[in-house]
Amino acid sequence: MLKSIIISHVWVLDQDQALDFYVGKLGLEVKQDLPLGFMRWLTVAVPGEPNREILLEQPGPPAMDEATAQTVRELISKGATGFTVGFTTDDCQKTYETLLAKGVEFTQEPVERFYGIDIGLRDPFGNHIRITQQTATPPA
Amino acid sequence: MEESNRRLLRARDTMDRTYAQPLDIPALAQIACVSEAHFIRTFRATFGETPHRYLQRRRVERSMFLLRETDRRVTDICLDVGFSSLGTFSRTFSEILGQSPTDYRKRSDIKAVPTCFGMAWTRPSSFGEAAARQPL
Repeated sequence: MLKSIIISHVWVLDQDQALDFYVGKLGLEVKQDLPLGFMRWLTVAVPGEPNREILLEQPGPPAMDEATAQTVRELISKGATGFTVGFTTDDCQKTYETLLAKGVEFTQEPVERFYGIDIGLRDPFGNHIRITQQTATPPA
Repeated sequence: MEESNRRLLRARDTMDRTYAQPLDIPALAQIACVSEAHFIRTFRATFGETPHRYLQRRRVERSMFLLRETDRRVTDICLDVGFSSLGTFSRTFSEILGQSPTDYRKRSDIKAVPTCFGMAWTRPSSFGEAAARQPL
């Protein structure tokens, strides 16, 4: 049977800009940055959690034709890709203030919910990210 | 196209955060870096509805949450979410959902889900299906 999630995927429109955001602002670390020729294999991970990587992939040929890539880019930039990735933190308010000072664009300030305190933000391309300070005992 | 979409999304996110305030097209157009007329036109082309209609649905979605989760009076909820008159609120709510706020409160039973999913998936449709929908 399945054991764990090792890699997830996020579409980005520019991988250098993605690095600046996911590493420079959110504080993730680069796990793999491999120029494969046909693509740049670029993954990041939460420090201390090396076995769960996020692939930052750029849509385009030859994986997909240019018209399809354009459609994907349009969907990302108008926020139509839905919820992208969620992180946890020990202190949501502090994380919010830290990221706000770095110029991160928030969709929601810290709000207390039944599952904890969470915030919503977007990456530079329009992907929707959430960060949650979970309650000690999540509801069943 | 992506640049334009991203700026419009930024303006739409602003509407989501400030839903209880009056619709400020000049400020939103400024966020989107376009003229007011161009903002309304491109918003509709991008998201399928006018900014005014989008805001109405956001307010109705918030009022649905408050009707389900609180005991506040309908009049107070109407003002909480940004409507200035109970008549407009009830008419808009019924037009979009096909039932009155009071009926909705009596019949609603939605399990709690994380915020972003509640906001996205309990938001009433904008495309005129209300009359055909079964009451919740």
